[in-house]
Amino acid sequence: MAEFLAYLIAGLATGAIYALAAIGFTLVWQTSQTINFAQGEFVMLPAILILAAVKLAGLPVWVAAILGIVAFIALFGWGFKLVIVDPMIRHGVLPLAIATMALSIIMKEGAKDGFTAEAQRFPSLVPQETVSLLGISISLQHIAIIIVACLAIGALQWFVTRTKTGRQMQASAQNPNVALILGIPVAQMVMLTFLINAALAALASILISPIYLAKFSNGEVIGLFAFIAAIVGGFNQVRGALAGGLSVGVIDSLAAAYISTSYRLAVPLVLLVGIILIKPEGLFGRKEERGV
Amino acid sequence: MQQSILVLGIAAAAVLAPPAAAQEKIKLVNVVELSGAGATAGTNWKNGIDLAVADINARGGVLGRQIEIVHYDTQTNPGNTRAAVQRAIDEGTYAVLGPVFSGPIGASMQIAQRAEIAQIVGGEAAGLTRQGNQYLFRTSLSQSAAMPKIAAYLKNTVKASSVTVVWVNNDFGKGGRDAILPELQKAGIRVAADISTEQGQADFAADAIKVKNANADAVFVYLNEEESARFLRAAKQQGVDKPMVGETTLLGSKVIELAGDAANGVRGHVGLSIDAPVPAFQEFGRKFQARFNYASDHNGLKGYMAVAMIKWATEKQRKFDKKGLADTLRGATITPAEEPGIMITTKIEANGDLDRESYLAEVEGGRQIIKATLPMINP
Repeated sequence: MAEFLAYLIAGLATGAIYALAAIGFTLVWQTSQTINFAQGEFVMLPAILILAAVKLAGLPVWVAAILGIVAFIALFGWGFKLVIVDPMIRHGVLPLAIATMALSIIMKEGAKDGFTAEAQRFPSLVPQETVSLLGISISLQHIAIIIVACLAIGALQWFVTRTKTGRQMQASAQNPNVALILGIPVAQMVMLTFLINAALAALASILISPIYLAKFSNGEVIGLFAFIAAIVGGFNQVRGALAGGLSVGVIDSLAAAYISTSYRLAVPLVLLVGIILIKPEGLFGRKEERGV
Repeated sequence: MQQSILVLGIAAAAVLAPPAAAQEKIKLVNVVELSGAGATAGTNWKNGIDLAVADINARGGVLGRQIEIVHYDTQTNPGNTRAAVQRAIDEGTYAVLGPVFSGPIGASMQIAQRAEIAQIVGGEAAGLTRQGNQYLFRTSLSQSAAMPKIAAYLKNTVKASSVTVVWVNNDFGKGGRDAILPELQKAGIRVAADISTEQGQADFAADAIKVKNANADAVFVYLNEEESARFLRAAKQQGVDKPMVGETTLLGSKVIELAGDAANGVRGHVGLSIDAPVPAFQEFGRKFQARFNYASDHNGLKGYMAVAMIKWATEKQRKFDKKGLADTLRGATITPAEEPGIMITTKIEANGDLDRESYLAEVEGGRQIIKATLPMINP
């Protein structure tokens, strides 16, 4: 039982990161009706920017962290919407989806060529120590990841459902034309969504990079698992992304423990196929109908 | 008048044209992992080669000719490696340098063999030199040479009666696992758990929990550099407190840098180290640090030695004969007195394996400390 709990907590920690990234998928989906295939790279890049500011500009870590996060949110929240989403969405969702694929490659190769292809150590906010609970050793880093990610997601859920701005964001996502008639600044709400996505990606990056090490290729696995998590949980619900992320993280951890490390990547995919067959809208997703 | 112009023209050509030796450079192509899972190993190997080429060229080159080095990134992909080796041969490389990872070496070594060109590699998988390839040469000890030393270390120094084996599921890792298991059996050490991991794996939490639950006396870790660092960090997070024992890839400077405190206490066998009690290694370490601003791991030393092997064999045969280069290297013993770049007496077996001194080391306070020197197997 203690062994199972250890795997469960490790899976929840990884799953919390997937959830943060998966929320990005749902936010972009709700505002642009498309999939951001660069979402994994959105989680990879902030850590690289911070390390680049430390190593190339010689800045202290905390200054680099602030500058790196601000620069990332500006470039990949505000800039992403203005430079990629706005021009492409006029031509339909397919060109936009393809543009995000291209962006993914550019971000990855840019990080590799502009900084380094080698993994880099990334400072952790909490010590690499363990605490004993119920007969198992639990990593402080894992606890911190679970708490911080859940707080961030909870705050987002509260913001979206309990504040005027959040409700305006929801209205803009659900029906932008009606929202505009009602006087909601739809363009600003959509921009806010992209800024929130970038901020969550930066948070995920800071939480996971001390464990995965900062590397240009980190986005591949995170992007894939977050995508699976978003579909499993429901592409149009924030709480769905949370449930999907945690589920995928736990299943991945248990698969590595009880099945095989070699097949661990396949198990969440099997889950994905099962969800698509049984509940296509995801665990918490709403059914959507579209006119054609 | 016409004669005068002709004479002037010939004189001008003679003055302006550089000597033949300076015109013709020796082209060496390095096919190596500069991105992907092997980037850490490949970058060190490349930098070691660059340092060797700069040193040799500064001393007048090889038989009076300067070396031109070209690097091709394989992205740690066997298909890309094959293409790059073929391209190197098509472009007239004198010898092929690299790659470092055993899988891409295995996938590409037949191409250099068919072209009868020496390929000097950084791989350690035992199987590489068991295929009768007369053109493949190592720069590191083979797993079959290293594993008996590790099994003896586990038994005699660590006093382990049970060991958990953690290995990476690629040619390097599988070769290491296949080499250590019989040696552990011979030493009477029980394998408590046999844990396979994947190349490029980022999350080692589940593996660390497995290691902890196996509760063996020691853990033998045989992963590539980045994965070694991630595993050590995960093991520390899970409170694994058993001795971590490994080979060169576990104790390298990059692993120590990436793993931080989690690397302290790690011990094992290292084939090459800038911290070894060999003045030439330490001098190399200082030059590498000065040029690249970080400490070289064993792959930097291997890259440097690879170029030194080519220089020594070329000067030995007194000509630039590609096939002759391989013939000269095979079965040779190179001493630092003959070729300073080799740094330590190195015996090249007929199958391309190496024999030389190696070391037992431990990581203390974020530094690799050499504890003992092990002699050559067949001096």
